[in-house]
Amino acid sequence: MTDFFSPAWSIAVGSLTLLGLVACLALLFFAARRKVVVHADGSVDETTGHVWDGDLRELNNPLPVWWMVLFVVTVLFSFAYVGLYLGFDSAAEHAKDRNDARIAAEPLYTRFAAMTPQQLAADRQAIGVGERLFVNNCAACHGSDARGSKGFPDLTDDDWLWGGTPEQIKATIVAGRQGTMPPMAAAVGSPEEIRQLAHYVLSLSGGAHDNIAALLGRNKFGACAACHGAAGKGNPALGAPNLADKTWLHGWGEQAVVAMIKHGKTNVMPAHGERLSAEQIHVLSAYVWQLSQPVSKAP
Amino acid sequence: MVGPAVTVAPAAAPPKTATIWLYEKSAKIYPRAVTGRFARWRWALVVLTQLVFYGLPWVQWNGRQALLFDLAARRFYIGPLVLYPQDFIYLTGLLLLSALGLFLFTAVAGRVWCGYACPQTVYTQIFMTVERWFEGDRQRRQKLDAAPWGLNKAWRKAGKHATWIAIGLWTGFSFVGYFTPIKSLWAESFTLAFGPWEWFWVLFYGFATWGNAGFMREQVCKYMCPYARFQSAMFDRDTLVIAYDSARGEPRGSRSRKAEPKTGQGDCIACTLCVQVCPTGIDIRNGLQYECIGCAACIDVCDDVMDKMGSPRGLIRYSTENGMLRGWSKRQMWRAVARPRVFVYAALMMAVTAFLVGGLVLRVPFKVDVVRDRGALARQVGEGWIENSYRLQVMNATETAQRYRVAVQGLTGLALSSEATIEVAAAESRWMPVALRIAPGAAATAGPGAHVISFRITAVDDDQTIVEKSTFVVPR
Repeated sequence: MTDFFSPAWSIAVGSLTLLGLVACLALLFFAARRKVVVHADGSVDETTGHVWDGDLRELNNPLPVWWMVLFVVTVLFSFAYVGLYLGFDSAAEHAKDRNDARIAAEPLYTRFAAMTPQQLAADRQAIGVGERLFVNNCAACHGSDARGSKGFPDLTDDDWLWGGTPEQIKATIVAGRQGTMPPMAAAVGSPEEIRQLAHYVLSLSGGAHDNIAALLGRNKFGACAACHGAAGKGNPALGAPNLADKTWLHGWGEQAVVAMIKHGKTNVMPAHGERLSAEQIHVLSAYVWQLSQPVSKAP
Repeated sequence: MVGPAVTVAPAAAPPKTATIWLYEKSAKIYPRAVTGRFARWRWALVVLTQLVFYGLPWVQWNGRQALLFDLAARRFYIGPLVLYPQDFIYLTGLLLLSALGLFLFTAVAGRVWCGYACPQTVYTQIFMTVERWFEGDRQRRQKLDAAPWGLNKAWRKAGKHATWIAIGLWTGFSFVGYFTPIKSLWAESFTLAFGPWEWFWVLFYGFATWGNAGFMREQVCKYMCPYARFQSAMFDRDTLVIAYDSARGEPRGSRSRKAEPKTGQGDCIACTLCVQVCPTGIDIRNGLQYECIGCAACIDVCDDVMDKMGSPRGLIRYSTENGMLRGWSKRQMWRAVARPRVFVYAALMMAVTAFLVGGLVLRVPFKVDVVRDRGALARQVGEGWIENSYRLQVMNATETAQRYRVAVQGLTGLALSSEATIEVAAAESRWMPVALRIAPGAAATAGPGAHVISFRITAVDDDQTIVEKSTFVVPR
C-alpha cells in the first residue's frame, strides 16, 4: 500500500465486493428454477407466472447450461481478482518498474559513460536521451527550447554565468549554483546617483542610454567592480554576469537595472546530483553543452 | 439442473406444483452433409474469406508488410498509407460503413452475412468438414458418440481434434501476424521464441477458434450474437428469407418415389432431410425463426428430393413474406427491393464512402501539433525584444524522410528566431522547439495581451501545407 493510504480502505472495498459476488451467485442459483402449477389433467404450466397487460405471459425458454457455467466462471475470476487486489502493492510495483527500466537502460548508459562530451554531442541517440532528460528535469525553468526566460539563463548562447565548458556545466548540474547580487543602494548613494550608475551599466554594452548620466555614474562603478570586474566583464568564479554584453537576464532598461542595484537578488539553480544518476548527468551536461556550440547540432 | 426440464413434486395438497429449470443442457446437433447450388456458394465464400484472412498478412508492399497494425509503435500500415492513432476517424468511417452495409444487406437479403460470410459460419463449416473426414456423416457421428470408448472411437476423435487444433493455431498465428510482422513471427515459430503477448494471442485466438467452431457453433448465433437478435428490426415483408411454401407442401405425407400423390396430398414427403441438414437444428417448415441463419442448406437438400420425386424445385426457397403470400414472381420481388429503407441505407453508405475516400485522397501526409511552452508565457530578449517559445510535434506519415519548413503569420513584425526547418525520419514524429520574436516597436503597436497567430508548416518536397493556430503573448 502507498504511504498515504490505509489498508483498511482496501479491506473494506474488498469485503463489499466479495459480499456482492456471493450475492450474485446466490441470486443465480435461487433464480435458476421456479415452482409452477400442475393442472388437474397432469399438464404443467410452463410459463414463468409473469403476466403483463392482463394476458401476456412469459413462456419458459431455457437458456443453455453453459451460460450459467460461464457466469460462475466469471464470478470465480472475480474472486481471484479481488484476492490479487488485496495483495496488490502499488509502491512495490512502481519500484520494480523503475528498477526494470534502469536495468534496461544500463547498457546504453555504460556506453555513454565511456564517451567524451564531444563524442556524445555527435551521437544521435545520446542527444535524444539528453533531450528527454532536459525536458523532464530542466525545461520547467529553462524552457523546452533551453532559451530560458527572465531570471532563468538562456543555455543556447555563449554567455555563461558559471562557465560553459562541459565540466563546468556538469558541476552546475550536480551541486547547483547560488548567485547573489547584494543590495547596493547604501554603497551607491542617492536615487539620482543610482540612476546615473544604471546608465553607465547600460552604456557598457553600447545600448540606448543617457550619455551625461552615464558619465556621472562611471565613478560609482567601483562598488560593482569587485565582482563584475573593472570593465564589467563579469567573473565566472562568482557567477557575476558580464554587464558588457547584450544578455539581460533580469531585465533590460533603466528600471530593471535600477531595481537590481537597489534591491539585489539571490538566484538559485538547484542541485541535481541526488535526483539524477552520474551517467544521466554526464549525458545531460553534454546535451546542454552542445546547445551552445555553433555547428555540431545533432539532427 | 441437467436433463428433463420437469420434475413433478410428490403428491401434496392442491394446487399441485412442479419445479421447472430455467436452464437446460442443449442437445448436440449433427447436421447432415449437403451438396447443391448454395452449398457451392458457401464453399466459394469459405475459400474467398480464408484466402483473404490467411493470405493478407503475407502480402508485401515496398519492402514491408502491406497490412500491419504496429500497436507498440502506434503506426498502422495499410497499403500505401501510414496511419497514426490520430487517424482514428477513418476507422470510425469503416465501422460505420460496415454497420450500414449490414443494415442494407439485411433489409434486402436477410441473413446472407450469417449464412455465407460470418467467421462463425465459415469456421464451423471448415470444422464440420474435418469432422466428417474422421467421423463420417450424421448417422455415423451419432452412432460413434453413442458407442463406448474403444480404439476406433479414440483415433477418430484424436485425429479430428488434432486437425482442429492445427487449424485453430494457424488461425491464431495469422491473427497475430496482423500485429507483428508475420515473417519474423514465422521464423520465431521454429524455435518457439514468441514473446509473452504473441504466445497469449496465438493460443487464445486458436482456443477461441477451436471452441467456437468445434463446440459452440449454433449456440453462438442463438445466445451470444447481438446481430441475430436485432436483425428482426431490419426485416420487413419484402426481405429475402428462406421460406417453406406451405400452400404447396401441405398436407405433408410420406410416399414412395413412384407413387402418384394421393388426392389432396402436398409436395412435402415428410422426409425430414431439411431438419437433418439444418446447422441450427430447426424445422424450416414451422416458418421463419430467429435461429435460422439463412444458410440455404435446406433449399439444396429439398431441391434434390423434389428432383427425385419429379416435382418442381423450390418447395423451400429464397422468397419474401409478400412474395409467398401473394405468389409473386422473381421480377415482382426484385421490384419490391426499391423501397424507402433500402434507399436510405444505400444513400447513407454512399455518403460515408464518399467522405472516407475523399478524406483519404485529400489527406496531408503529415500532422502538426503546436504546444506553447509551459515554462514561461513570454520573455524579454536582448534590448526589449519579446520572444515566445513553442514546441511543434511534427508527425511524418510517409515512408521517406521529409523536411518541413515552418513559417508564421498573423502579427506584423513577428518572425522565427530559431531554425525554420526540421527533418523527420520516415514514419516518425519529432518535437521541434520554435521561438518567435517581435521587435520592441512592433510589440508596442500590437499592444499587450494574447494575439492569435498561425503556424504554416510546409513539406519541402511535395509542397503540402498545414496551418495550425496558436497565440503570441506580449506581456504588459
